[in-house]
Formats: sequence, C-alpha cells, structure tokens
Amino acid sequence: MEPMESTPPVVQIKGIRDGLLVTFADIPWEEQRAALMQQIHEKASFFQGARLAIDVGNQPLKVNDLVDLRDWLSEQTINLWAVISESPTTEHTAQLLGLATRISKPRPEENHHVLDGVPSDQALFISKTIRSGTRIEYPGTVVVFGDVNPGAEIVAEGNVIVWGRVRGVIHAGSKGDRSVFICALDLSANQLRIADEVSAMLNPQKDPKPEIASINEEGKLQAELWHSGETNIRK
Amino acid sequence: MTAKVITVTSGKGGVGKTTAVANLATALAMDGKRVVCIDGDIGLRNLDVVMGLENRIVYDLVDVIEGRCKLKQAMIRDKHLPDLYLIPAAQTRDKNAVSPSDMVRICNDLRPDTDFVIVDSPAGIERGFRNAIAAADSVLVVTNPEVSAVRDADRVVGLLEAEEKGPPSLIINRLNPNLVKNNDMLSAEDVLDLLGIRLIGIVPEDENVIIGSNRGAPTVGDAKSRAGQAFRNIAKRLQGEEVPFMDLAPQSGLWNAIQRFAGRK
Repeated sequence: MEPMESTPPVVQIKGIRDGLLVTFADIPWEEQRAALMQQIHEKASFFQGARLAIDVGNQPLKVNDLVDLRDWLSEQTINLWAVISESPTTEHTAQLLGLATRISKPRPEENHHVLDGVPSDQALFISKTIRSGTRIEYPGTVVVFGDVNPGAEIVAEGNVIVWGRVRGVIHAGSKGDRSVFICALDLSANQLRIADEVSAMLNPQKDPKPEIASINEEGKLQAELWHSGETNIRK
Repeated sequence: MTAKVITVTSGKGGVGKTTAVANLATALAMDGKRVVCIDGDIGLRNLDVVMGLENRIVYDLVDVIEGRCKLKQAMIRDKHLPDLYLIPAAQTRDKNAVSPSDMVRICNDLRPDTDFVIVDSPAGIERGFRNAIAAADSVLVVTNPEVSAVRDADRVVGLLEAEEKGPPSLIINRLNPNLVKNNDMLSAEDVLDLLGIRLIGIVPEDENVIIGSNRGAPTVGDAKSRAGQAFRNIAKRLQGEEVPFMDLAPQSGLWNAIQRFAGRK
C-alpha cells in the first residue's frame, strides 16, 4: 500500500506485513498523538480492527503516555502491538508494556524467489541445498549445486539442472516449453513436471545414477539414464 | 561467566524438544554448570511439569517482560540441583505477549552469571519460534527418525540459515535400533543424509524417558538409562568435549541377557 495521498506530512501510514505502520514527523508527542487520533477519526472504517505499529522517532515516552494511547486505540478496536523509537526510555516503556520494539524482518526473500525481467538465456545458479518449504521460481534455466530436498519446489521456465539429489518437486518449462529437460545426479523426485506433463512414479534407486528427464516422441514425460554424448544428440 | 544461549527447536511437535531441554539442562547442571532454562512455549507450558517444578511457579516469563516482577523472582530453583533454574512460560497468555527483543533482553540479563541458557521453543515456525531463536548463540534441532519430522526439521534448518543463525546441530531422538535393522525406521544415516548438518547426539527410544517426564525427574539422573546416557553425552559435547557416539546396534536377546547378568546394563 502506498502512503495515502490525503495524509498530512505529520503522520504517514503504510501497510506492512504485520498490519499498519505509522511514522511521525519530528514534533512533540502531544502533537503526534493528536495527529494520529485525527487520522483515525477521519478514516475510522479503514483503521477498524487494525494491528498498529508506531514509530515515534526520538520522543521519550513514559508508561502513562503509551498506556493512554493503547487504551484509546483499543476502544477504537485498534491493536497497538509495536512501538519503535530511537529513545531508550520509550523502548524500555514499550518493553514494560509487552509491546514489540522492533518490527520483524521481512520474510526471508530466498523462500520465494520471483525474479522478473531476467533474460531467459541467463541461468539462475544456486550453490546450496534447497530445503523443505522453499520455492524457487525463475524465468529461465535453474542450476542447483546441492540437493533439492522433499518439500522444496523449483519452477523454471527453462531447464533444471541439479548437481545433487532431487527429492522435491521440479517443474521445468513452466510456461509451456516442451523442449526443456530436467537432469540430476540422482533423480528420485517425488514429482517431475515438464510443461503440462506430470510424472509421479519415480522410484528411489538403490544405486543412483545421473538421469535426464524430457518429453519423448510419444509426448510422455520420461526419465532415462544419462550417457555421455547425450547432450549432443539432444541439441 | 558469559552464558551460551542454546535454543532447542524442531518444527514438528511431539518430537521431544521439552524432554531434551529438561535432560540437557539437568545434565549440564550435574556437571557443575550454572544453567537457566526458559520455556518459550507461551500458552502451552510444560517444561515445568517435565522438570517437576509446576507447583513452585509464582511468576513467569510474561510477568518479567511486563515488569510485574524481577528476573530473579521468576527463576525457579530445581529441587535437587542448586545451579539449575527454570523460567516458566505463562499459561494464560499467547505468543504475542513476548517479542524477539524481549527474549534478547532477558537472555542478555542472564548472561553475566550463567554458563548456559537453554530455550525451549514451541512447535511451529511462527512467532513463538522467532522469539525462541532471537537470542540464540547456537541452535539444536530435534527430530525423530520419521519422514514427517525430518521434513519439518529441514524446513527449520532452512529458516535458521535464512536468519543467519549459523549451522544448527542435530539431535535424533527416539531411534529404535531394532526397527532400523528391519528397515522399518529411517536410520540416523538417512536423516543426516537429508539434513546435512552436524550431528550432536542420537537418543535411543527408552521408556524411562516417559516415566521420568511423568514423574518430573529427567532421565539423565538415572545412571542406567540409555537415553539418559545419550543426553549426558550431548551435554558433554555442548561443553566442547569429544565424546564417542554410543553403540546403538540392536542387541540380541541372548547378548542382552548376558550383559544384564554381568551387570553391565
């Protein structure tokens, strides 16, 4: 959400992952508070039920200041959960009241890679194990130097090459390209997809060998052992 | 003294986090260390029960955070070990009563006169987990040799990597060597193979653990218990000692009987 247009410069309100964040200009607390209250009066429905974090700059606030505000806010069905300040007094006060004094970091971006506007002839190289819960999306070829664990997903518009073991879900050619391939040192994936073909019957092997999966002449997704020289034939 | 803050977490519930915390804390205190455990599972506290301290709780973690008592007042001394303390969780509040910065502050207050602060994390990867790892110098991930538990542990390891908490160490809990032998259970190698982190201990399945938890007396106090031995070894490794891993090969009935007869078991 963008800062609202009608907002006077004294108060800025923006949407964050944990609700709304209010930041103030560097003015005394009484004025900050009055400005915030006015905003809330004017846009009562917008604030209804909101989770609010406020950044008061370096205003030193006492317990009474925050308690008054918190109680007033809760009457407006607004939950004050965090107070951010450069003032140690305010931080201490907030901690006494059980309020957060730091907004949690944004969700680690590596859990959800979506990169736009990258030319498809550039590959994404990832040099680590992709763990459960991680999803990587990329508009081109993805190369992983590491394992792809169960519960992880790679969705690539191009090929997927894994120097390691695949046990998660791989989707190559996600925008419909049926000429792409998936290859790995050990392709024990629980599901492979190329374009709109799905294969879920890959048995884990006792003695894994490098394999390459692609769509064969009959239009079926098929994995076969990799032999040297394979890439030349494929091209 | 500058305490090392160790958080015990798992992702999945019921794998033995709380048991591990109670046992490791007790083992460290038995080695003469000054240990404080913090129950980070606000709203579902049970570390106090496992440690047998439930009826001594007056103040809890949230009381400290909200300024209703001093930190020392919320530290409950163990029944037997004078250098083992517990800061219990609040039972009537939820995870939002604590913030990561609160945990950092409390752990920093404990650091000067403590050797180890052990934080019991709630199951899951939400607020409670973030609180529990906020102050951690190192993290122990507990898992069972089960596919679902290992999957969740993998997720947690990924989150810890993203938080740049440094590589966690792994405790494989409740391993049954007989089931592994018959290929009915993942082996320690299978689990390690997937997670790829340092192994700090394998705890064999042992009914004494359940008995100990119900009695409020952690198993490490029982010199004969194999799980107790495993936890004692982990505690030594946490103190930087090199301890060889226990031999968990399945024991045949006869060999078992001979050992027991010979008083070795």
